[in-house]
Amino acid sequence: MKTECPVCGAQIELASDAVQGELIGCPDCGTELEVVSVNPPQVKEAPQEEEDWGE
Amino acid sequence: MKLKVSIIGASGYTGGELLRLLLFHPNVEVNQVTSESYTGKFVYKIHPNLRKSTMLKFSSVNELQSCDLLFLCLPHNRSQNKIDEFKKFAPKIIDLSADFRLKGANEYEKWYGHKHARPDLLNEFVYGIPELHREEMKKANYISSAGCNATASILGLYPLYKNNLVELDRTVIEVKVGSSEGGNKGNEGSHHPERANVVRSYQPTQHRHTAEMLQELSFGQKVTIHFSATAIDMVRGLLATCHVFLKNDLQEKDIWKVYRDAYGNEPFIRIVKESEGIYRYPEPKLLIGTNYCDIGFKKDEFSNRLVVISAIDNLMKGAAGQALQAFNLMNGFDERTGLEFPGLHPI
Repeated sequence: MKTECPVCGAQIELASDAVQGELIGCPDCGTELEVVSVNPPQVKEAPQEEEDWGE
Repeated sequence: MKLKVSIIGASGYTGGELLRLLLFHPNVEVNQVTSESYTGKFVYKIHPNLRKSTMLKFSSVNELQSCDLLFLCLPHNRSQNKIDEFKKFAPKIIDLSADFRLKGANEYEKWYGHKHARPDLLNEFVYGIPELHREEMKKANYISSAGCNATASILGLYPLYKNNLVELDRTVIEVKVGSSEGGNKGNEGSHHPERANVVRSYQPTQHRHTAEMLQELSFGQKVTIHFSATAIDMVRGLLATCHVFLKNDLQEKDIWKVYRDAYGNEPFIRIVKESEGIYRYPEPKLLIGTNYCDIGFKKDEFSNRLVVISAIDNLMKGAAGQALQAFNLMNGFDERTGLEFPGLHPI
């Protein structure tokens, strides 16, 4: 089950037992992704906690 | 199979770093290391990290013996004046100085301020960035290792220039460098009370490494690169922040693809661009002692500016490590041999 990282475009291979709502990491950009759908395979960027970086 | 190699000018930081790597390379026997200042002294007296790793002593270059390959770690403008002598001692040479990096004698004179002693040999040397010249290196007898600032900048920008994605006259590069780039000879400026805590703009324009960037990034077109270097309070390491302006409206995902296509299979290049955590972009301190070049980028959402960030250890990927990678290629070894160290954390 292959899909694409919405952030960097890397190929993402979903495990055969992946379930909707599961969090996975993109192997290229490290973004945490949420499995939106298994069939068809689809992921989205998982919500992140905002960090304060020098503001 | 072990190759017998020697280092000419091994008392400097680059020579010492190279010796550290070569002593643990499974296919290398270090035959001689030369230094005119320290002839007869144990190597570890100058490179104390090598205590108990070797009992080699520095030789004079006058005692040089034949070997399979010579590494030249001499100050600028020495190799070109003695290259014929050195060629008699080894069929293969890797020069870590700037003497044979440029292909054009006129360009050399423009940037170095004097005529090259052996312009006829400039094209005999392969420019020493393996990611750009790997196939040439496999057949080469002579390699000229690239400059540290040039290496970080070129590797950072190469995929963009190769694919003609950026405006050719608006590239601005600012490099922050550590003190080891200045070599092991002290001066007033390197005196600790003066050097500590500095953010010293030491070469705002006309840095010689710019010539290498122009040579490797122009692809037959007229290119302008605006380069500045700033010395900061760090011993090893280098961070290049490169500002380029995209010709087309590319998105970050498109840029990812460009870098993945160029470097996806490169053993020593890592794309570092994360949206969370402490180390989101390349960080030189994590690369100390490694041969990696870490590259990251960020597109300005309000303009066509793309910021490319590139980091290396100047003595490794910027000098000795890259030279060893080239050595491995030119001798048919796995190019990662002797360069597997992944770095330290925390450091």
